[in-house]
Amino acid sequence: MSNLNSELSPTEGHRKDAASDSQYVSFWIGGQLLGVPVSIVQEVLNPQYIARTPRARREIAGLLNLRGQIVTAVSLRRRLQLPDLDSERGPMNVVVRFAGESFSLLVDEVGDVINVSNQTMDPVPATLESTWRGVTNGVYRLEGRLFVVVNVGAILNLAS
Amino acid sequence: MHQVNGMDEVLREFLIESWEGLTELDASVVALEERGADPNLLASIFRIIHTIKGTCGFIGLSNLGKVAHSAENVLGLMREGKLEASTQTISLTLRAVDEIKRMLRHIEETGHEPEVASQEVLHTLMLLANIPVEFDRAILIGQESTEDSVKQLTPLQPSTETVSAIAESGPVSEQPLVSPTLEPELAPTVVANMQEASTVTPSSDAEDSNKRSKVVDLTIRVHVNVLDSLMNLVGELVLTRNQLLQLSRGDEESKYSAPITLLNRVTTDLQEGVMKTRMQPIGSVWSSLPRIIRDLRQVTGKQIELDMRGNETELDRTLLEAIRDPLTHMIRNSADHGLEVPEVRRQKGKPETGTIKLDAYHEGGHVIISIEDDGAGINVKRVREKAISQGLLSENDASRMPEHELIQYVFRPGFSTAQQVTSLSGRGVGMDVVKTQIEKIGGTVDLSSVADKGTTVHIKIPLTLAIISALIVESGGESFAIPQLGVVELVRLAAEEKHRIERIHNNEVFRLRHRLLPLIRLDGVVQLPTNDCADADINIVVVQVGDQQFGLIVDRVFDTEEIVVKPVGSLLKDIAIYQGTTILGDGRVIMILDVAGIASEIGLSSMTSDITDANDRNQDGDTTNLLCFNAGDGRAMSVPLSLVSRLEEVPQDRIETTGDREVVQYRGDLLPLVPVQGYSRHAANKPIQPVIVFQENGRAMGLMVSEIEDIVEDRLVIRMASQNPGVVGTAIVNNRATEIVDAHHYVIQANPEWFHHNHWRPNWKILLVEDSVFFRQLLTTNLESEGYAVTAVVDGKQAIELLERSQQFDLIVSDIEMPEVDGLSFARWVRSKPQFKDVPMIAMSGNTRPSMDSEATKAGFTKFMRKFDPAELKAVLFEMCSARSRKGVSA
Repeated sequence: MSNLNSELSPTEGHRKDAASDSQYVSFWIGGQLLGVPVSIVQEVLNPQYIARTPRARREIAGLLNLRGQIVTAVSLRRRLQLPDLDSERGPMNVVVRFAGESFSLLVDEVGDVINVSNQTMDPVPATLESTWRGVTNGVYRLEGRLFVVVNVGAILNLAS
Repeated sequence: MHQVNGMDEVLREFLIESWEGLTELDASVVALEERGADPNLLASIFRIIHTIKGTCGFIGLSNLGKVAHSAENVLGLMREGKLEASTQTISLTLRAVDEIKRMLRHIEETGHEPEVASQEVLHTLMLLANIPVEFDRAILIGQESTEDSVKQLTPLQPSTETVSAIAESGPVSEQPLVSPTLEPELAPTVVANMQEASTVTPSSDAEDSNKRSKVVDLTIRVHVNVLDSLMNLVGELVLTRNQLLQLSRGDEESKYSAPITLLNRVTTDLQEGVMKTRMQPIGSVWSSLPRIIRDLRQVTGKQIELDMRGNETELDRTLLEAIRDPLTHMIRNSADHGLEVPEVRRQKGKPETGTIKLDAYHEGGHVIISIEDDGAGINVKRVREKAISQGLLSENDASRMPEHELIQYVFRPGFSTAQQVTSLSGRGVGMDVVKTQIEKIGGTVDLSSVADKGTTVHIKIPLTLAIISALIVESGGESFAIPQLGVVELVRLAAEEKHRIERIHNNEVFRLRHRLLPLIRLDGVVQLPTNDCADADINIVVVQVGDQQFGLIVDRVFDTEEIVVKPVGSLLKDIAIYQGTTILGDGRVIMILDVAGIASEIGLSSMTSDITDANDRNQDGDTTNLLCFNAGDGRAMSVPLSLVSRLEEVPQDRIETTGDREVVQYRGDLLPLVPVQGYSRHAANKPIQPVIVFQENGRAMGLMVSEIEDIVEDRLVIRMASQNPGVVGTAIVNNRATEIVDAHHYVIQANPEWFHHNHWRPNWKILLVEDSVFFRQLLTTNLESEGYAVTAVVDGKQAIELLERSQQFDLIVSDIEMPEVDGLSFARWVRSKPQFKDVPMIAMSGNTRPSMDSEATKAGFTKFMRKFDPAELKAVLFEMCSARSRKGVSA
């Protein structure tokens, strides 16, 4: 069964609601393949200029100007307690819509849209560090790799 | 049509609001069945029904209220999990909703309320809720108000007289159909329509329904999002215009120059136009409140007075809409739960009439609305019990939690301490809704309460959705915007003038025209690296928060720009130093600083007017800024910073001795110097002598101390009075036992010919009216240390406000020369009130004009005395208090 499906670009993601439940925009963080539901992804952007927000929590990378809309950028690396990406290009932006507000999740690389219909999600292993376990919903066993579904609500709940 | 026309504004609003709510309701009730007892869903259904019920209680729709109340009872049980949200219970609720709809339609058509058609639904709901007693009470309450208010709402007998009367007076006196949302040009048409309509005799059904539809149709509700996006677009246009102007500057010859100028003008007009359409005085929301209070008076049997100030304060339309419901909720809460019934008030020694005071004003780029009642206050004990019983707090935590934090629990959903559920409020709806709605528009709600004194709610709404003028500054390599509204002035110091920034302990201060301006480094506040460039100029942005000013040191100051304020994202909104974000002309996103937030963070006590300062200080000790120093003998000493005129460092060799006094030449005058007790400047032998200068009316003195340590903010509570002249008493400052120095003692010592002094102690409540900060604080401190409870206000106006709010005093001490209302007018006012006619009043005046004495006596003062003699004042006070206590009179 082929799991990678690149026919759908992320920006067209909410084309079909029924399909979007089983479709995820995938991205890479430190060599791990993660994803969020296509239905909540607003758009995917190349590295952007991000204005710093002094005094904010570490995980908040800053604010970016998305055509006049101000979007809070959250570094997934910092959120997952990984070191910052050491690259010249800067992180990619996966802009998601959550609780009436837009957020940009900063990721290393954006992957394909992954269709997981006909598959069941496994719970994340109990041995995973709590920083990861708290912000992930589950894992899909894809051919050749594991695909971890991120819980956006938990990611954005920085109080925890 | 006449029914519709004659329909009260309140009733019309009620219909519109109820229909809106009910549209949501159907879907929600069905969803409830599918999803089971989803607490959020239940809460939202509950609120809609609750609102309908509450309003019914006010406008006397008792039958409708009955249905809504019983539905609410059942929903309340479901919400608390005591009743299962089964198909049966839900369809019963749906039937109640249908019945409500039918009744609403009937009201809309006829203007009066029908009987309950399906009694059986009502009874089943009552049985389910199983609380018949409470229910009956509610009906009774409802009916009390029904009689007259319904009659007033609806002319029951349509006669030609009434119709023509309405036709004549209608458009002028009634004016309800001209909604503020309508274009001004449309208004005449509407009025004409109304005139036409009201002359028609209501006969046919078709006509009726035609007219009926107009109630709802004439107001167009535009979704907030549409207004938001319009505002945003104008904002973007303004920014683009700014960019274009920048590009075309210096190139007048360009063929683009003329159209750009035109674009500039049109954009400015458009911006003003859009802003204007959205601004409305807050009075338009408040106008419905007196009516609500009137009805509440009848329903509750309480005597309530509503005092509204700041009606003209303008607010963005969206914000106005957003605060309408929370405000109404809170007024109801204050009246229903806050204020006591007259008998109880009498027992507590309060006037029978309770007062709810509403105030609105602009402050530092925010709009502040305060709702204050002089009722019973929040029952902290019950909040604690409830928080524990609901499992929100452990008993241990609850007992340790400060009262102020504890009372914030009333903002939790389902949290109500009201013992009785009435048809007006209660059940814990309300405060959670209030908080949610205010926070939705980026505001904050602060609740404070003092047992038996009352409850105060402060709502602070930021300027979202607005274009403001802001100063762009840079610090630590980042740009920030400071709203121009809070900026007083800019001070630039050349690098070689750096020494003019002085230090007290670790705090930087700057002498700005005879004032000591506290300084704060912005890079420190935002925790960015300090720019350590030694030869850079220093920029001080002087900002104002309430009646306090401080200076923000920034690296660079750029231009003033028109910026569009956008709310801070949810992940950043806990950072108190920001009030918004914005996008600059070049597309950069920057943060807008909240100067009030910065001030409170660094501990400048902020945003309270003098009158509340005085009250708080006396009630439970608000914090005071204290200057801490020592005499070099290990004792910690301090004095309220507000008494300090300035701090000096005098080279030891410039101190001269004349007779037995030490002086220093200062600005062509002699400044007498006195060592603080326990300090000897010869023993200390410092090359530079630190001096604290106290000053009033050009007469100054310097107090020599060993070392000035720090400025701290702490509660000034005298724990131990002192017999030692020169020390008011001992307080705990910064966790150290600290002697509070009696500045006045030293002022006398330095100027012995002006003052003399003695000691005694009684125990009375004194109202001190004095506009000079120095004397106000001095007398307050002195009299308090003598055992008097002193409430200090700055002028006659505030004093009158205080007395009108039914504060009681044994004695009044007042200055004569004051701004606003002077001492003489104040005295006349006091004497005109029978309840105060026996209160002794002492006039104080520096004015030695011989006729002053008789003028003061004529105005009603008991005694006139020279201002600068506190000892004599104390003696007189003592004498008067003793005389009064012998007579057994109390004000």
